[in-house]
Amino acid sequence: MTDGNNTLIKMEGVKKVFYTDEVETHALSDIHLEVKRGEYISISGPSGCGKSTLLSILGLLDSPTEGQYSLNGKPVANLTAAERTRIRNREIGFIFQAFNLIGDLTVYENVELPLTYRGTGAAERKQMVEKALQRVGMAHRMRHYPSQLSGGQQQRVAVARALVGEPSILMADEPTGNLDSKNGEAVMELLRDLHRNGATICMVTHDERYASFAERTIHLFDGQIVKESREAHAAV
Amino acid sequence: MEPLIRLRNIERVYDVGPQKFYVLRRVTLDIHPGEFVTIMGPSGAGKSSLLSIIGMLDGAWTGEYHFMEQPVHRLNAKQRNELHKYNIGFVFQSYHLIDNLTVFENLEIPLSYRNIPHKERVSLVCDALDRFNIVGKKDLFPNQLSGGQQQLVGVARAVIQNPKLLLADEPTGNLHSAQGEEIMQLFKKLNEAGTTIIQVTHSEKNASYGNRIIQLRDGWVVSGDSSAAGAA
Repeated sequence: MTDGNNTLIKMEGVKKVFYTDEVETHALSDIHLEVKRGEYISISGPSGCGKSTLLSILGLLDSPTEGQYSLNGKPVANLTAAERTRIRNREIGFIFQAFNLIGDLTVYENVELPLTYRGTGAAERKQMVEKALQRVGMAHRMRHYPSQLSGGQQQRVAVARALVGEPSILMADEPTGNLDSKNGEAVMELLRDLHRNGATICMVTHDERYASFAERTIHLFDGQIVKESREAHAAV
Repeated sequence: MEPLIRLRNIERVYDVGPQKFYVLRRVTLDIHPGEFVTIMGPSGAGKSSLLSIIGMLDGAWTGEYHFMEQPVHRLNAKQRNELHKYNIGFVFQSYHLIDNLTVFENLEIPLSYRNIPHKERVSLVCDALDRFNIVGKKDLFPNQLSGGQQQLVGVARAVIQNPKLLLADEPTGNLHSAQGEEIMQLFKKLNEAGTTIIQVTHSEKNASYGNRIIQLRDGWVVSGDSSAAGAA
């Protein structure tokens, strides 16, 4: 591996074009991006700049029109559908703006979900779910349903679900977008704690305040990376 | 015929500081198998609270609740969870799909909490894809679908195991009228095939698909109660 095993994500010349009614929309053009294991990066920019498209491609929810994307040293373009699914479910933990919890499953069951797609035994699953809930401070709410929790608590549960399978990377799409500032900040602090404990995080946000929680910020505009900035204090 | 749901004097109270706030007051209702019931009332009347109690997502109430002749008020949280999991499907206003899972995987979710062999799971999901005419969407992610299609997946997931009861909280609240109508037509078909349905809605039009309207005001049932206790 020429990448060394420290590089988790490598994108080279990634392009994404959407065709609608004979109109070509260049959502992303010529993206070069490298993310190392243990890094915390944020992708920021105005709405429509391509942030979510980029995160979708990074998360294997979409494919680039052109260019190379390697995850864990492995090019993803040639993977079969089954391999893509397997990698997406095992290597990537997703956190969404709208939490994406299922209302008629308990907190415990919601967190357990990613493990049900693997052959993990019941005892081990229980241990993993409890550990993930403890990490986000929600173990005492295991038997509750999402509607019995505040928005901030629901997002903590969603973070636990993203973590539970010990993925290589967490992908967060506007994780504070549905929260008030106090709860938003608490979720950002939780992500920062996880990063300090070794998690690799890739976060999309349009909120400059929260972008500065990351070590490195990629600024997107019109589908291109226009600037990269580093936070001096973030690594401390 | 025994009612599917028998509620007697259900009360739901929240403590707000030293004050008590009543969300539901002495709710007494019977709902029979095969009914299609609509719960209506102004915001804050207790509609969603009532639906949560019927769906066993809330256990902090007083009174008596029998579901399929089982005393829910005597069951612990775990038993209640089992009971609703095997007999009740839920449809939510905001669909509650998982964005990083395909349509196929989203449909599989309810099955993954039961001891169903992989092969059978796959065939149940394929049946649902067929039945709801979404075979072509199976590998797509929720945000590649329209709202109406997402809710279609939401309904398909709720009924994948043929529950006795389908609960829906403003199922068309996020949809355009044409998409909403499609979902209501689907409910009608499911009801005709034997599924009991309870929906919460503000829409008179949606209510017209059902056979009975229960009106709530400030936590009280003000009309639509068919129980012997209420009729007396």
